[in-house]
Amino acid sequence: MSIFYPIKLLADWLTYSVLSITPDTLLGEAVNFFIYDNLKIFILMAVIIFSVSIIRSYLPPEKIRVLLSHKNKYTGNIAASLLGIITPFCSCSAIPLFLGFIQAGVPLGTTFSFLVASPMINEIALVLLLGMFGWKIALMYIASGLIISIFSGIIIGKMKVENLVEPFVYQNSINGNVELPPMTKTERIIYARDYTLDILKKVWLYILIGIGIGAWIHGYVPADFLAQYAGSDKWYAVSLAVLIGIPLYSNAAGVIPLVSALTEKGVAMGTTLAFMMSITALSLPEFMILKKVMKIKLIFIFAGIVALGITLTGYLFNAVL
Amino acid sequence: MKIEVLGSGCATCKKLFEITEKAVSELGLDTEVAYITDIQKIVAMGLMQSPVLAINGKPVLVGFTSDIEKIKKLVEENK
Repeated sequence: MSIFYPIKLLADWLTYSVLSITPDTLLGEAVNFFIYDNLKIFILMAVIIFSVSIIRSYLPPEKIRVLLSHKNKYTGNIAASLLGIITPFCSCSAIPLFLGFIQAGVPLGTTFSFLVASPMINEIALVLLLGMFGWKIALMYIASGLIISIFSGIIIGKMKVENLVEPFVYQNSINGNVELPPMTKTERIIYARDYTLDILKKVWLYILIGIGIGAWIHGYVPADFLAQYAGSDKWYAVSLAVLIGIPLYSNAAGVIPLVSALTEKGVAMGTTLAFMMSITALSLPEFMILKKVMKIKLIFIFAGIVALGITLTGYLFNAVL
Repeated sequence: MKIEVLGSGCATCKKLFEITEKAVSELGLDTEVAYITDIQKIVAMGLMQSPVLAINGKPVLVGFTSDIEKIKKLVEENK
């Protein structure tokens, strides 16, 4: 029995009893799907984002930096990628994180591992993956995200591209051992609650629209309709998905529910995973902001390596799944 | 007494700035609250999150905002 079974019962009751829509009709199916998915996603969101925020209140970026500046090259990349999971990432924190890491002596490659993992493996994407695709796909996404961020960082570290970072970044150096104001248990809970509400306020409309269109597709578009355009035998599908994903970052929350409906209609799983990774990891606004601290050439190198990693992952999953 | 709110210019940062200004005036203190958006300043304090509330150069609230009572308390404690 699925852990979502009680939610299913609630959704059935709301659709067929409260709204009195006839079961086994296209409308009934679409409405039921819409209610069920929304309940499931919003409950998951609240629980998971709240839990991650509590963990994060014990492990803020300032502490992560101390952990990372003592690591050697490869363990540093691995630790940075893992720590990236619990760190929320909005493009507004890209600059302070980048400056703070580099100026406290964290190697460039390690910093990039963090910069890749942090937005790619974020709690919102995980909730949506878990809710719409199940834990296997969610785990696959985390594992491949980690591998991509570890290797992107190692490769960038090996390329010795420190000269492509704006000179002012290396001119300042800071002591990374800072003491943060203490937080009480109540403050952590308030912080986690506010953060969760904040995120929900920001994304609920996108999710509602995403699930709404998804429900319509689920109910009205014939199964396998998209297989002829985006099935696993279409060589261009993954690359195209990665390209389309780049400008979609801010709407990730709405796009993922939509994507799950597309998968149901025949888009191959590897293509879907690559598309979601591209949405979260390759973000146009973040690239624009990073221009303040690095040369455009380095942004291209960074984006190119990550895009290549995502594309390869997509083809790999299409071949084996 | 020097009270600063440092931030990247995000909505939360503005909110913290407004609450702090209100707290200072309710406490009847004769101090201006400075609003600083220079990110290098945050980084130089050893921090990587915004917003930051700093009193006399010392960060007392980092990475999130709080309610007015808490901020009043912080201002009182760090005078």
